[in-house]
Amino acid sequence: MQLANPLVSRAVRSRSTVPVVRTSRRRRALVPPVAFFFVILGVWELISASLAGSRKFLLPPPQSVLIHGLLARDAYSQILPSFLRTAGLALGGLIVAMLAGMLVAAVMYRFSWLERAGFPYLVALQAVPVLAVAPLIAVILGYSYVAKGIVVVLIAFFPIPANFLLGLRSVDAGLEDLFRLQRTSWWTRFWRLAFPSALPQLFTSFRIAAGLAVIGAIVGEEFFQAGVPGLGMRLLQYLDQVEYNRLYGALILSSLLGIAFYSIFTWTSSRVLRSWHESAQVGR
Amino acid sequence: MQAPSLALSTATSQDTAPVVPALRFSQVDLTYPDGTVAVRDISLDVASGEFVAIVGPSGCGKSSLLRCASGLIAPTRGSVQVDLSHLGYVFQDSTLLPWRNVQQNVELLAQLRRIPKEERNELARSAIELVGLTGFERHHPRRLSGGMRMRVSLARSLTIDPRVFLFDEPFGALDEITRERLNDELLSVFQSKRFAALFVTHSIYEAVYLATRVVVMSSRPGRIVAEHVVPFSYPRTPEVRFSAEFSRVAGQISSDLREAIA
Ligand SMILES: Nc1ncnc2c1ncn2[C@@H]1O[C@H](COP(=O)(O)OP(=O)(O)O)[C@@H](O)[C@H]1O
Ligand SMILES: [Mg+2]
Repeated sequence: MQLANPLVSRAVRSRSTVPVVRTSRRRRALVPPVAFFFVILGVWELISASLAGSRKFLLPPPQSVLIHGLLARDAYSQILPSFLRTAGLALGGLIVAMLAGMLVAAVMYRFSWLERAGFPYLVALQAVPVLAVAPLIAVILGYSYVAKGIVVVLIAFFPIPANFLLGLRSVDAGLEDLFRLQRTSWWTRFWRLAFPSALPQLFTSFRIAAGLAVIGAIVGEEFFQAGVPGLGMRLLQYLDQVEYNRLYGALILSSLLGIAFYSIFTWTSSRVLRSWHESAQVGR
Repeated sequence: MQAPSLALSTATSQDTAPVVPALRFSQVDLTYPDGTVAVRDISLDVASGEFVAIVGPSGCGKSSLLRCASGLIAPTRGSVQVDLSHLGYVFQDSTLLPWRNVQQNVELLAQLRRIPKEERNELARSAIELVGLTGFERHHPRRLSGGMRMRVSLARSLTIDPRVFLFDEPFGALDEITRERLNDELLSVFQSKRFAALFVTHSIYEAVYLATRVVVMSSRPGRIVAEHVVPFSYPRTPEVRFSAEFSRVAGQISSDLREAIA
């Protein structure tokens, strides 16, 4: 059974055929979106070319956005720091929202009277438009970095305790009995049973919150136009200065930031849950 | 009146002193807070080395009775005497932690009891061997068949060296062939460990095949309406199922059960 090529034989020995099939399937799955990307570029190009001369500036062609809006030295030297600034703001707010959200859910899980009292508000407060609260935040905290951070936290926070709590609550009753039979403490049941049981819901909530955090960071920057400029401020600035190449460049970077945040959590979640949870197994 | 314990003393064949039961229900009533009367006036002793099976219509309070025995719920009236520190409990569902592999699942109870790592490793290893799962230590429950999951569940309870072992329709969800194999494996474990077993099942054949005594319960509220001593000694072989005596006992239980439902 020796194979001639040592590389091939090692590959064959070290993994079953399943991952090989999966990678090629995954690669094939990339074809439609990539093809669609080029279709979008083509349509963009066409619309841009069909605009009358006086309105052409509204939608510069893709290569012009790429070259003048993103790659030109003075463009990227301005937009890259802004991108990092916004990414940092979104990440900071997201981490605070994650920690606070998990804590709130855990405390409510511990004291069910608190959950009964508080859960309706967790649901209801999700509906409050955060921008409506922004002026109030401005009055209290001024046009500061912290104020922007608060906007991020407020927007990203609510899905986390709501989903995590649902996960904690849906622990299998038989498993609960099993732990009770060993006369375990609440803390042991939480740490060894409820928390891992709720991981799928927790990761779902992180994913939702990550997308919202990016939106919150940009919206926050657009409202509190102060301090070191992030992507949100750049968007308004370029609109003002009729720098449409850069405007579209900033838009693209904002979208990429959202996609990156979402993807990181999707990836982490599937890594962590791979061995046991069905949702991580969906073979797409 | 003493028929059951007589049968037992012939099985253990040394002590003449009255056997102290490992599990004793004394006039147990259980009423749920919503007013549902689950069981009424249950008195039942199970001694070490005795295997008592309970059959009864579904919803008659069999699971409730086991929950009382395990201390998960307290009886409304009467009392249960049992040593909770060596209590095995296998549910109909295998109740494995999906994020733990076989080895880690079997180690769970020992871990919750803060038994040192090497020791619980060893406990788990021998329990896994006893249920024939050696080689599957690294598998996660998702990849195991229903029968294998039940074996893991059984192994997990075996790590705490049960003196009293409660089974709540453990093989009810399995196919016939797997079920018969697991019956034989359970018998061989019982024959070597000699705990006191209380086994709920809805299969009369399973009850007769495994048990020293079969208790029949009435519809809710569950009461004990009949008790049958199974006249076979251990070790039992599968052929026992085809004997005339087996059919006779099973037939009696079946007619008692029909009466209990009526
Ligand atoms: N927590 C509970 N609260 C109220 N009623 C219950 C509860 N658990 C079980 N019951 C009721 O008690 C009766 C006996 O249930 P159970 O012990 O599960 O029966 P069995 O195991 O024999 O099928 C059923 O009618 C069931 O609906
Ligand atoms: Mg039941």
